[in-house]
Amino acid sequence: MATFSMESNLYLEQFKRSIAIAKKNIRIYYSKGPVVIFGIITPFFLFLSFYIGRNMPAETLVPGLVGMTAFFTATSVGPAIVPWEARAKTLERLISSPISIWTIFLGDVLSSFLFGAVVSIFPVIFGVLIGVKIASPLILGFGIVLATFCFASFSILLSAYPPTDSPASVMMLSSMVKFPLVFISGIFIPIEDLPAWGRTVSLISPLTYFTDLARYSIQGRSFYPFELDFILLVAFAVIFLVVAIKIHERTMQKRL
Amino acid sequence: MAVDNISFQVERGEFFGFLGPNAAGKTTTIRMLTGVIKPDEGTASILSYDILREGLRTKQLMGIVPEMANAYVDLSAWNNLMLVGELYGVPKLQRQERASRLLKEFELYERRKHLVRGFSRGMKQKLLLCMALVNEPQILFLDEPTSGLDVGSQRLMRDMIRELNRNGITIFLTTHNMEEANQLCDRIAIINHGKIAAIDNPEKLRLRSSGLQSIEVSFDKAVSIEELSKIRGVNEAKKTGDKIRLYVDETSDVLNKLIDFARLKRLEIVSLNTLAPTLEDVFLKLVKES
Repeated sequence: MATFSMESNLYLEQFKRSIAIAKKNIRIYYSKGPVVIFGIITPFFLFLSFYIGRNMPAETLVPGLVGMTAFFTATSVGPAIVPWEARAKTLERLISSPISIWTIFLGDVLSSFLFGAVVSIFPVIFGVLIGVKIASPLILGFGIVLATFCFASFSILLSAYPPTDSPASVMMLSSMVKFPLVFISGIFIPIEDLPAWGRTVSLISPLTYFTDLARYSIQGRSFYPFELDFILLVAFAVIFLVVAIKIHERTMQKRL
Repeated sequence: MAVDNISFQVERGEFFGFLGPNAAGKTTTIRMLTGVIKPDEGTASILSYDILREGLRTKQLMGIVPEMANAYVDLSAWNNLMLVGELYGVPKLQRQERASRLLKEFELYERRKHLVRGFSRGMKQKLLLCMALVNEPQILFLDEPTSGLDVGSQRLMRDMIRELNRNGITIFLTTHNMEEANQLCDRIAIINHGKIAAIDNPEKLRLRSSGLQSIEVSFDKAVSIEELSKIRGVNEAKKTGDKIRLYVDETSDVLNKLIDFARLKRLEIVSLNTLAPTLEDVFLKLVKES
C-alpha cells in the first residue's frame, strides 16, 4: 500500500512537471503571433481553395474545416520542439533535471493539445456564424479534445526519427507526411464518395475518424459508427504516444 | 573513447577540481555524473544514490551549471527560475522567495522581467548559477563556469562559488584554468585522453613533481638558447619574454655553472631567480606523460 502511494505520488509529481514543460512551450513557441496565425490561416485557405466554385452546402464543408484546423494546429509546432531545444542546448537542461523522458514529451503533447483544442473552436464558431447547425455539440467537443490529443501525440512522433537538431528538416519531413494525410482523410471529399482504393488508404489516417466524427456531430450522419471513431482515435493516440516516446528514448543520446 | 575506466571519490563539502586540456573527457565525465549521457559500463554514486538506478532522486539533489549557456533565451530571467523550480518540484511560494533572493544576490533582480536573449555572457552565467541554486542542491556541478567571462566577472563568479562551498555545498568544478583550480580547489584530478593522470591537493601535486624546478635568468646581451641548454644539469631551456627559463633537477649546482657560463661569455646577469614549479608546469608534465 505504501509502495503504491509512493508510486502514485511520483507519477503525480512527474505530471505536475509535465505541466511546467507545457507552460514553457506555450510561452516560448505557441504564444508567438506567426504560429497562431499560421495555425488558423493554413487550414482556412486550404478550405477556401476547395470551397470556392464548388456548389457544396456549408454543412458538408465545415466538418472538414474543423478537422483540418485541429490537425494542422495540433501538429504545427510539436515536431520542431525537440530539434529546437537540442540545438539551443536547453534539451540538455531538461534531461539533467529530475524528470523522465515521458514527462518531457507528455509536456510537449499537452502544449500541442491545448493549442490545437483552443484554435479548433474558431472554425466551429465560423460555421455557426454562417448558419451551420451543430447537431451534437457535446460529441463535437469530446471529439475535438480526443482528436487534438491524438494529433499532438502524432506531432512528437514526427520528430522522433531521424534524431536531428535541425527544425527545418523536421518541418519539411512532417509537411511531407501531413499534407498527403489531409487529402486521404475525407476532408475535401466525404469518405462515401471516395473510390474503393481511396477508402482503403483513408483507414490509416487518424484524421479520417475525426472528420467522420465531426460530420456526425454537425450533420447527424457519418460513414462509420461514431463510437468506432472514438475508439480508433483513442487507439491511435495511445499508439502514437507510446511509439514516439520509445523511439525518443532510444535516440535521445544522439541528440545530446 | 572519451572516458576510459576512471575512478575517484569526492568528500561531502569538498571543493573538487577536474582539470584537463580540451577534449580530455571533463565534460563527458560531468555529463555522465549528471545523468545527461549513460556510461557504457561502470557505476557512480552521488550522495549514496546510484546515478543509473536512482537517476531522478540523484538529480533532485544536484545543481548544474553546464558549459554551454542553456537558459531559455525567449523566457525572462524570472520565468527561467520559475521553470527550473517547477522541474525540481519546489513549491510555488518557496521558489518565488528563492528566485527573488538569488536574483538580488547576483544583482539581476532589476532585469528579472527581461528576456535572457538580451543578457551579456556574464549575466547569463550568473543566471545559470541562480538556476542551479533554486532547488538548494547539496552538490553543484560547474562545467567551465568562468570560461568566456571578462576578468572582473571571473573574479566575481569565483567569489560566489567559494562562498557557496563555505556554506556547505559540495562543488565539482571542471576547468582548464590552472590558476582557478589552484585558488579554489581542495583537491584536483588531472584528466587527459579520458584517463586520470593524478589526484591530489594542489600543493602536493606541485611538490611531488621532480625535474620541474627552474631558474629564470636574464642577461645584458642576447644568448643562444642552445648554448644554455648544453649546461650540465639543464633539462630544458625556454625563452619567456626577455628572460630565459632553465628547467633543472637541482638548482644550486646549475646556479654555479650558470655564473661560470656568464663569466666565460663576458655576460652580465641582469636578474636571476629560482622558481618552484607552478601547477601549470605540473599539469603540462602530467599531461605529456599520460
